[in-house]
Amino acid sequence: MDVSWYLVLSALLFSVGAFGVLVRRSPLVILLCLELMLNSANLAFLAFARSLGDQDGQIMAMMVMVVAACEVVVGLGLIVAMYRRRLPLDVDEARELHG
Amino acid sequence: MSGTTYGWLVLAFPLAGSITIGLTFKLVSARTAGWIGVGSIALAFLAAIGALVELLSLPAEERELTSVLYDYGGAAGIPFDLGILVDPLSVYMALVVSGVSMMIHVYSVGYMGGDRGYHRFFAYLNFFVFSMLLLVLAGNFVLLIVGWAFVGYASYALVSFWYRRETATKAGMKAFVINVIGDIGLVFAAILLIKELGATEYLAVFERAPETFTTNEWTIVAICLLLLVGAFAKSAQIPLHTWLPDAMEGPTPVSALIHAATMVTAGVYLIARAHPLFGLAPTAADISAFVGLVTLFLAATVAMVVTDLKRIIAYSTMSQVGYMVVGVSIGAFTGGLFHLMTHAFFKALLFMGAGSVIAAMANNQNIDDMGGFRKSMPFTFVLMTIGALALAGFTGTAGFFSKDEILAYAADRGGIYWSFAIGGYIAAFFTAFYAFRIIFRVFYGEKCEEARELEGGELAHGEPVNPQDGEAEDYDVGFPGEEHHIAERSWPMRAGMAVLGIGALFAGYIQVPGVDAVLEHFFEPVFESSPLFEIVPSTLDSWIGLAVGSVVSITGIALAYYLYIVAPGATARILERFRGLHRMLFNKYWFDELQNALVYRPVIALGRFANNVVERYLVQGIVVVARGTATGLGDIVKAAQSGFIRSYAMFVLAGVVGLALYFLIAAS
Repeated sequence: MDVSWYLVLSALLFSVGAFGVLVRRSPLVILLCLELMLNSANLAFLAFARSLGDQDGQIMAMMVMVVAACEVVVGLGLIVAMYRRRLPLDVDEARELHG
Repeated sequence: MSGTTYGWLVLAFPLAGSITIGLTFKLVSARTAGWIGVGSIALAFLAAIGALVELLSLPAEERELTSVLYDYGGAAGIPFDLGILVDPLSVYMALVVSGVSMMIHVYSVGYMGGDRGYHRFFAYLNFFVFSMLLLVLAGNFVLLIVGWAFVGYASYALVSFWYRRETATKAGMKAFVINVIGDIGLVFAAILLIKELGATEYLAVFERAPETFTTNEWTIVAICLLLLVGAFAKSAQIPLHTWLPDAMEGPTPVSALIHAATMVTAGVYLIARAHPLFGLAPTAADISAFVGLVTLFLAATVAMVVTDLKRIIAYSTMSQVGYMVVGVSIGAFTGGLFHLMTHAFFKALLFMGAGSVIAAMANNQNIDDMGGFRKSMPFTFVLMTIGALALAGFTGTAGFFSKDEILAYAADRGGIYWSFAIGGYIAAFFTAFYAFRIIFRVFYGEKCEEARELEGGELAHGEPVNPQDGEAEDYDVGFPGEEHHIAERSWPMRAGMAVLGIGALFAGYIQVPGVDAVLEHFFEPVFESSPLFEIVPSTLDSWIGLAVGSVVSITGIALAYYLYIVAPGATARILERFRGLHRMLFNKYWFDELQNALVYRPVIALGRFANNVVERYLVQGIVVVARGTATGLGDIVKAAQSGFIRSYAMFVLAGVVGLALYFLIAAS
């Protein structure tokens, strides 16, 4: 199969994720959309790895997964902390550090 | 022990005394502190005698001992060390300083009895003596400057001793500021000497100076003039003299010790010490002698009209120091230093007597209010008369021989130096007049209220006020104490005055022309290198000078007797006749006003200009512009920091898309 199909799917997933990050206000959904963007990149890596026949892209994808796991831990931790303090779960409300 | 060991002991005792009194003020009683002070100075005096004996046991050409206690470390081959020079000049000065100081300390034990700051007074006084001895024993110019600055500080601390009196603190500041001008002159002189000669020790400097400089070369003249700035500020010579009359705000023993006997003669000592330099710069020496002449003359005229008892004596001090400056500048080294010693005796004595009178007047110092103390204060009367006789140069007293030694030398050197002899004799006439103006106005004439009460056994006890501006005071620390002490009722005061009285009467006999020349032989090792030292007036000339001096002083005393005893109204008529002259003298030739107009006001105006224009428009303008720029830029950047995460994400995404587009366009 041609690699371009995978790339189109990857670009679509990335756009959906980016769109979600920009328009949604719930931190949980923003985190989900970020995952979507990361995994779209993973898809592109794997597609190229298969098409070129070497392992570099697969290793790269593994590293992205590790980073994504860490990011989710921090992000969810923040969300839980916000919830515990009864702060509104709305990123537009959390803007105390504006200039 | 060697001579230098004694020299170090001379320095060690007063310093130890000062520290002991300063640290134990909670432990020992006031009187004990006073006697510790006296004891430390007495030990210093004994050590000075020890140094003298050691010095005299050496052959004349070896009487130059140096000793270094500690080396600060040299730089560029120039040594800087804590070293002293023990030679006839420094031992002579140490003897005069410690001897007179000892008697004044004894006097102070009685005189300051009622003061709350008794310990502090003696700690300062001992520190002063230490500084003064350091000044005279220093073996190099650096240590000289250290001692020079120390005595300046001690003088400041003691003039402002009654620190809650505003007039006293201001007088202290004035004395300090003018003395610092002198210090600067001295420092510059030392810098030039180091630069030109590469040495700071006296002996090395004096050895190298003739090899380096030709006579009257501008560098050596500049060095000598800078030394003179220091000497004039310390010795209250015109135009740096205005601090001395104001320094009379200090307690009377301070006036006796610092502002009559010792510190103000430091300039004379410096000129005598640096005589090899002045020998190479005759122009500077002549300028110095001329300034001395002007000072001795003007100060004597002012002393005839001022009415504050201590200020009369202060102007007299300026005048007498003027004689000494003339002496050491024209080459009459023996005469100048001889007069330094006799003056220390009789002027300290006069101040002590004045202190006693002022105590009897409950701190009033105005001689217009005094009169008739002869019966009620017989001891003070006799001793002050002795002091006045010596000051007037009355035949046979100490001042008689020492003053004429200078003037006879001036006449003998001839030429332009005749003017110094003539001016000196005219001023001597004034001196005799004002000396006995004090005696006749204070002790004769109509009895004032205080004198009448004292005859009845009642010591005057006025309200505590500042005698200068009449402001109300109390008796606590920082102001004079409640009790007053007069010599008649205090044996330490009598003891101090009696010893100095003997000195004022008989000290002159160590150097009588044609009979003996103790001082001249003693000083020979120090000054023999100077060609001027060889000019010695013949015995006949000296005795002619002494005869003229006798006539002048007796005429002056007689005039004072006529004006104040025989025809008491005469002074008022003279005053009426010469009103303008009197005003000029009474306002001290407007020197204070002149300094105000020439220095003080321009400096203040400059400061005001700097504040109003430079500070307000230039400095603050720069600040305003800089601040405006920074905040303006900050506002622009601030707008981006909205705090909305989604807008940040938008920026990131836009940036990525922008980059991607750029690379796409660049690649195609």
